[in-house]
Amino acid sequence: MLDINHVSKTFNPGTINEKHALSDLDLHLREGDFVTVIGGNGAGKSTMLNAVAGVWPVDAGSIVIDGTDVTGLPEFRRAAYIGRVFQDPMMGTAPNMQIEENLALAYRRGHKRGLSWGVTRAERELYREKLKILGLGLESRMTSKVGLLSGGQRQALTLLMAALQKPKLLLLDEHTAALDPATAAKVLELSDRIVRENGLTALMITHNMKDAIQHGNRLIMMNEGKIILDIEGEEKKKLTKADLLNKFAEVAGVQEETDQVLLS
Amino acid sequence: MSIAAYFASLDVLKLTARMPGDMAQGIIWGLMALGVYITFRLLDIADLTVDGSFTTGGACTVMLILAGWPAWAALLAALAAGLLAGLVTGLLHTRLGIPAILAGILTQFSLWSVNLRIMGGAKGAANKSISPDQYHLLISLRSVPRAIAAGLFIAGIIIAVLYWYFGTEQGSAIRATGSNPAMSRAQGINIDAMKVLGLAISNALVALAGGLMAQYQGFSDINMGRGSIVIGLAAVIIGEVLCDAVFRKGSNFAVRLVFIVLGGIIYYLVVGIVLWLKLPSNDLKLFTAVVVAVFLAVPYLRARSKSSFQQAGRRGAHTHA
Repeated sequence: MLDINHVSKTFNPGTINEKHALSDLDLHLREGDFVTVIGGNGAGKSTMLNAVAGVWPVDAGSIVIDGTDVTGLPEFRRAAYIGRVFQDPMMGTAPNMQIEENLALAYRRGHKRGLSWGVTRAERELYREKLKILGLGLESRMTSKVGLLSGGQRQALTLLMAALQKPKLLLLDEHTAALDPATAAKVLELSDRIVRENGLTALMITHNMKDAIQHGNRLIMMNEGKIILDIEGEEKKKLTKADLLNKFAEVAGVQEETDQVLLS
Repeated sequence: MSIAAYFASLDVLKLTARMPGDMAQGIIWGLMALGVYITFRLLDIADLTVDGSFTTGGACTVMLILAGWPAWAALLAALAAGLLAGLVTGLLHTRLGIPAILAGILTQFSLWSVNLRIMGGAKGAANKSISPDQYHLLISLRSVPRAIAAGLFIAGIIIAVLYWYFGTEQGSAIRATGSNPAMSRAQGINIDAMKVLGLAISNALVALAGGLMAQYQGFSDINMGRGSIVIGLAAVIIGEVLCDAVFRKGSNFAVRLVFIVLGGIIYYLVVGIVLWLKLPSNDLKLFTAVVVAVFLAVPYLRARSKSSFQQAGRRGAHTHA
């Protein structure tokens, strides 16, 4: 479903701030894969998701979604294949527009936007049903402006919007990091449910190792723009937090050693 | 002159006599303000092209009517000219990466030369008059009641069209672009195209208003659009404040547009009163700028009055005791 073929990206090349964010990254997802992504700060997790979403062009390699090479397509064209939820709850919705208008915008992702009505009556029924699933009472406030909702409500709505027009790929970029623990748990449970019920292929970045182990059928760990651990199926189920911490320490240890060599 | 003599010199009849004319002009400026509303509120861009495109609309209309075109066709041509002006600003902004406000200023600046050429060819002309006796005009100060009726009729049609358009999929995409560009891109909206489209529609409306103004006053003039952006903003702000005061729970989009036209009318009636009070007309622009600045600042100051460091400091000081 998703093929990231030997992708590299360097920010600020040729300057003192040069950063090799992705180096020869290779990752292949089958249809229905729900992959959790972990790794330290600057490991390249968000960079990988942004490369897939097309926030900027990559320096080398190719990105193929369900057989279509999207490497040369800008962000808004790739949107036809991709549903996204961002870390910042403010980023995924239009605050000055109504809940139903936001849903209608998402419902037309990947379709030409012409001169027929922006929201139709038949759609409203569909949205009401979908909003009920969230259990937040939003189905009775469909004409409220989204700007009036809380961060958790907005994030749940964004999640619904990302899956409303079934995407070939769902990208979740630490989408619960800005929420309080109770709300985060709720949104995460909802994400899990939406991915399972729709049989979506998904990439989810998280800083919470417990969540990374509990959710999805596959787990990858990144470091310095590369995948250093890729575990799936039964093996992933047996994984413990201690295993991951050890792996982290191992990687960090290697870094420390090189630092020492450099400094000595 | 003593104060008593000053008040004695004011003639209420003169005020009531000038009001209908001010109202007719106010309607035309209200139409222009609808264009400003599209960029300023829906797209979140302060577009300064309008100072030039208003004149372009006036110049095109007058020249084409002089050339024998019917007034309505000349107005449509003005609309198209405004569309082009907006297109230029939009492309300067999205294709060449020039900040929106600067792109607008550049187009406005260049339109000065274009407008001179429209009115006088290679030699250029700063104004052109058109007599309502010789040509059939849609709207003229010769018959103010008719001008008001025609203005309201045109305003009604434009509000209906805008209400429809911004409710469509495409119009919603323009509004989404202004509300949250990152989200719009993620939903597959080409935000650059939407900005260009919005700027083009806005300036088309502004040019149409310029065409009506030229017919109303019987001439087009190179300076007729100067300060349009500020007058447009004044109308938008007056209209919105009133609308929010009347409909506290928020209002329908069409009602909002009606209030913006109303904002234009009120602005011109206030200007009329200021002139009637014999305040120096040279100070009118200063007065308008102050009004706009005050109203733009009100939401900010109101938020600050609820939560400011000064207040927090004062509250904190009490807890020391």
